[in-house]
Amino acid sequence: MASMAQAIRMALHFAEENLALKDIFGQDVGEPLGGVFTATQGLKTTWNSPLDERGIIGMAMGIAMAGDRCVAEIQFCDYIFNTIDLLKIAGNTNWVSNGNYTLPMVVMTPVGAGIRGSVYHSHSFDAWASRLAGWKVVMPATPIDAYGLMLSAVDDPNPVLFLKPKALMRVRGDDLIPGEPEDQKELKNRIDAPIGDRKNWKPKWPSLTDYRVPIGQAKVTRAGEHLTVVSYGRHLLLCNQAADQLREQGHSVEVIDLRSIYPYDWQAVKSSVEKTRKVLFVNEDTEVTNFGEHLAYRATQELFYHLDAPPRVLAGKHLPGIGLHPNLEEHSVPQLPDIVRAMSEVLAEVP
Amino acid sequence: MANTSVSIKSKMALKKKSNKKGLPLSKDLLRHMHAMMVKSRVLEERLIKIYKAGEAYFWIGGPGEEAFGVPLGLLVHKGQGPEYDYLHLHYRGTPTLIAMGMPMIDSIRLIMNKATDPSTGGRNFCNHYCFPQWNVAPVSSPIEVQYPMALGTAHVQRRSKSRGLSIVTGGDAGTAEGDFASTLIWASRPGRELPLLMTVQNNQWGISTEYKYQHGETNIADRGKAFNMRTAVINGNDPIESYRALESEMNYIRKTRKPVLLEAKVSRLYGHSSATGANLIPEVDCLRDFETLLLEHDIVTELAVKKLWQEYEAEGREAQEKARIEPAPTGESVWENYFVGNENGDWRKF
Repeated sequence: MASMAQAIRMALHFAEENLALKDIFGQDVGEPLGGVFTATQGLKTTWNSPLDERGIIGMAMGIAMAGDRCVAEIQFCDYIFNTIDLLKIAGNTNWVSNGNYTLPMVVMTPVGAGIRGSVYHSHSFDAWASRLAGWKVVMPATPIDAYGLMLSAVDDPNPVLFLKPKALMRVRGDDLIPGEPEDQKELKNRIDAPIGDRKNWKPKWPSLTDYRVPIGQAKVTRAGEHLTVVSYGRHLLLCNQAADQLREQGHSVEVIDLRSIYPYDWQAVKSSVEKTRKVLFVNEDTEVTNFGEHLAYRATQELFYHLDAPPRVLAGKHLPGIGLHPNLEEHSVPQLPDIVRAMSEVLAEVP
Repeated sequence: MANTSVSIKSKMALKKKSNKKGLPLSKDLLRHMHAMMVKSRVLEERLIKIYKAGEAYFWIGGPGEEAFGVPLGLLVHKGQGPEYDYLHLHYRGTPTLIAMGMPMIDSIRLIMNKATDPSTGGRNFCNHYCFPQWNVAPVSSPIEVQYPMALGTAHVQRRSKSRGLSIVTGGDAGTAEGDFASTLIWASRPGRELPLLMTVQNNQWGISTEYKYQHGETNIADRGKAFNMRTAVINGNDPIESYRALESEMNYIRKTRKPVLLEAKVSRLYGHSSATGANLIPEVDCLRDFETLLLEHDIVTELAVKKLWQEYEAEGREAQEKARIEPAPTGESVWENYFVGNENGDWRKF
């Protein structure tokens, strides 16, 4: 099975060949590195840019304005903050021009903790991103969803922010990418650049086929009856693990992978909460004005009379940064035991 | 939108021969430039009147920059798509757009926030134009953001091997922003140079802050030299010098596909915006000076000039009266064009 990095790479290759993707660029995106997580190795339209995030976003906006499709990368979301006003403009261009100009562009950036990335390689961006009106924002938890969401993102006429959970970039999924060889080693030999001299290396792409995950469509990853848990990205997998643990104790937890932060699949959340009557939102961005708070607010407002417990948000602590030492990181963002505990507490609520 | 500007073919005819009394452009071109400068000035003064009459919330614009903006508009290869020139203007672009053929009423609809405003549908400030049919990108209030965006359109033009170029304009104060430095770097990457005309209209002011106390560089254009970029510094109050310099630099870019940084020294006749009063300030008036020059050379007559001003004044008044009774955007329209194709963006309806 492909890793998420391989899945993104294959999606970008498919988009180059079939979706008129003309530019994949950013710092270290082109040869020889092919991205710090190898997600852009071997692609034909990649190029390295100056170390200049504002230049990267501005370039992407201009390319989109001229009608070409591009995927721009900010190497870590920790370094995207100096582009906020450009991101706002990209989001409002269609609106403020009253439909005169559209900006079909994708910006991808690794997010979140989990790799001992210290203060400036551990930020999350989903809560910030949810405030960038006019953007679509997606965040996959599995390679197959990364593939399907990337193709939808490249093909979308709006700007799309593709958040890559960096701790999952080398994690393999349970599903084959359409066209992916079943033998993992064969895939590696075909599309992973060799260590060392890569001057003469060319990837041997498998015959990939189209596969879309519609933006705005969630997925139930664990069916359950007693509690709804809504998450995305790295913490979705932790929520799955927590649900499996609790199942052994007789608790039936339904886990929803939101996959898209904006637009989001409220109908999936709503129908699940109406069934389970309890809901927990889990992510690792900081807890004050967290995106989960918006969802919890909405659940309170619209589903109040269906609820047997207050909607709850489990998120990263409102700290200035994530410290490097594991003791610090693990006390800053939710860990598996924290999720199990929070689920248990909500399950134990009696109206 | 009506096309009142001259075509490329007629531009050639206009400048084919210099006039007989020593000015280096043809009489027809000089008269046309003068007419467009008058039209732009009349429009800007009409916009100020609309603001002062309480029929608009804010005015900002480019009176005093006609001698630079009009020649630029006349030299643009106008159309849609990478084979034509892209314009990434700041909020002093009225002279350029008038020269390109923008009807007065479309500017008035914009300042009066009418639903009929073709640039923004009543959503944005005066002089924040947007005309996709002419590759005019949406003007945005944040300073200097238009520069890195121009890199992208120039990148596509470089790839398409067209003769089109991207033009980006801004003021002197904005060059302190990092986006200006970014654009110098990206436009001049060795072997990947971009067909980009970077212009700076240096009026010596950033709202109320004087340039001379903030900038140590002799000329802003000198910064381009560090990037092996061709540069020029011109008197932007002289429409003849502006026309000739812009024509030369744009031809250089079309031919070499390399960038140019051009600085034009201009006046700012009505201050920064309505926020600073929008009153006439005694600086060099490029239009009055040009008019005097044309009168001295018998290229125009006093009667013809007077008539020209009167005609454009009447056009402005009529446009205001017409726009006044046009519909305003409805409150419900705020969700329109949130996403492309009016895909729903309201979370309440997800």
